[in-house]
Amino acid sequence: MSRIEKRFAALKTAGRAGLVTFITAGDPDHDTCARLLAQLPAAGADVIELGMPFSDPMADGPSIEAAGLRALANGASMKTTLKLVRDFRKQDDNTPIVLMGYFNPISAYGVDRFLADAKTAGVDGLIVVDLPPEEDDELCIPAVKAGIHFIRLATPTTDAARLPTVLQNTSGFLYYVSVAGTTGAAAADPVAVGKSVALIKQHTKIPVAVGFGIRDGQRAAAIAKVADAAVVGTALVERIAEAQMRKIDPAEHVLELVRELSAAVRGVAKAAA
Amino acid sequence: MTALNSYRSGPDEKGHFGKFGGRFVAETLMPLILDLEKHYTAAKADPAFKAEMDYFLNDYVGRPSPLYYAERMTDHLGGAKIYFKRDELNHTGAHKINNCIGQILLAKRMGKTRIIAETGAGQHGVATATVAARFGLPCVIYMGEIDIERQQPNVFRMKLLGAEVRAVKSGSRTLKDAMNEALRDWVTNVHDTFYIIGTAAGPHPYPMLVRDFQSIIGLEAKEQMIRKEGRLPDSLVACIGGGSNAIGLFHPFLDDPDVKIHAVEAAGEGLETEKHAASLAKGVPGVLHGNRTYLLQDEDGQITEAHSISAGLDYPGIGPEHAWLHDVGRVNYVSATDSEALEAFQLCSRLEGIIPALEPSHALAYVIKLAPTLPKDHLMIMNLCGRGDKDVFNVARALGVEL
Repeated sequence: MSRIEKRFAALKTAGRAGLVTFITAGDPDHDTCARLLAQLPAAGADVIELGMPFSDPMADGPSIEAAGLRALANGASMKTTLKLVRDFRKQDDNTPIVLMGYFNPISAYGVDRFLADAKTAGVDGLIVVDLPPEEDDELCIPAVKAGIHFIRLATPTTDAARLPTVLQNTSGFLYYVSVAGTTGAAAADPVAVGKSVALIKQHTKIPVAVGFGIRDGQRAAAIAKVADAAVVGTALVERIAEAQMRKIDPAEHVLELVRELSAAVRGVAKAAA
Repeated sequence: MTALNSYRSGPDEKGHFGKFGGRFVAETLMPLILDLEKHYTAAKADPAFKAEMDYFLNDYVGRPSPLYYAERMTDHLGGAKIYFKRDELNHTGAHKINNCIGQILLAKRMGKTRIIAETGAGQHGVATATVAARFGLPCVIYMGEIDIERQQPNVFRMKLLGAEVRAVKSGSRTLKDAMNEALRDWVTNVHDTFYIIGTAAGPHPYPMLVRDFQSIIGLEAKEQMIRKEGRLPDSLVACIGGGSNAIGLFHPFLDDPDVKIHAVEAAGEGLETEKHAASLAKGVPGVLHGNRTYLLQDEDGQITEAHSISAGLDYPGIGPEHAWLHDVGRVNYVSATDSEALEAFQLCSRLEGIIPALEPSHALAYVIKLAPTLPKDHLMIMNLCGRGDKDVFNVARALGVEL
């Protein structure tokens, strides 16, 4: 079993949903990010999504775009992103790490070299926003061969006819984007999300994580009731910008919210498997 | 390299021109893009769609545009016989409207009720705002803050036409950022919104359908040249940013092996500087805005900023079919600098009484170099794809003239 599979199996046994936290690699700078990353599991992150900064993140809202630009301005690159993962793995061999971003920086690094280096560094999965199933030959198939999960997004525009296409070659978990829009968009109604997750579950056994619009404990708990995990990104990344403005420690400011989210998610009891 | 049977068979069913093109978009957009392809295929086979296109192209746009013998320019340069394909005479002043008519008719067929577009020079924005007004649909145009500043007349035009112009303040605040923002809008409003992409780039089927809608330029030019001279031209010249006017002129001639084809990228302050927009000359293949193509980027795959005096060419990528035509060698891609384009702009105004847009001034700059080296019986067509009214303030500034 991979780290992701083990983690979701453990969550099921524990009878609760997971918390997936997104931060951008190298935001606001490499050292602060490394420190934050190292403390995320203790604060309650069950799975870590690490954004690969890109100059033109056309599926992201202004907050995550700004995070990427902060990181790039402070020297972030694919090399430094992989170094963050390598260093993290020296002290944590259990928390799954998923790299999330766009294809061009991977393509520029070279697909084969990227997969080899990512695997060695301890990357467990990839979410690449601009690679739909129609482009599976580019990275998805080689990633699966290299032993890295390729995690796909399903969205409100993914109907029952398209769902099997999206699920094919997807492993680890499925990321259900609960609203049509960019990251940081308005929240979806948890009842509607529950229905969509139920529909997806008719087609697959892999866990379903739900993201977009989750900003606080209350919302995270509502999603935890209907999904296998809640994904939080924009709200965390905005804390970094806020901490910089208030001249407080960005890492601690993010961790504070992660603790709140984690407590909320853990407070929702589910039937243990 | 072995010669292909045809240069006009692309793209394949996955939207590839060789290794270029494709559908690199977020999952939210994927069902819509597949739907668009389905509707386009149906429309192409529907005589009613063609009849409607023809009606609007003739009576609203003013097609066919003339193929004009530029006699004074020809005499001045003393070589090839130069013809201008005068798409600057179209309604709205550029070739962009050809494609907008096609796409808005598709939008209507698909039942979409809201139009968005990106624009650089503002020509595509004006053309989109125009057709949106004509068809009574609300319209939002995304435009980089820097472009808004240098293309004020077009911004005002779009507003007069009833469009909302949204300033894009992210990144380099030019065309690529406007495209990012339009994609963000689209992904958010996918249920009712049609994105009219202005250049022959983006995810499949856009490069194909923009090319098809713009091919009217080359189809007319071919027929007009045969009527006037009794034979095909010897060469074609067009400027290229994303490449819609160029592919429109070139495509009907790709399989005529005796027709030499030249496309002119914007070299900005020079290819040896970092301030240019020559993605073929100085870029490497990568993935942006839905397609694989040549891109200006750093070694980490971050997109770098393009520069050109012409806002319409100021884009760090190029349409995927051009990337392919470059690699197979069918089209000769060259470049012209800001100052060469400015020279050509002035020369054309004085000699022909035609003020060209800064974009085709790049094409003309290459014509000025090439024509004198050719015999007088060499027939050359340059795509005069836009008029320069929108550029006069900018050109005045570049020439140090206070208005």
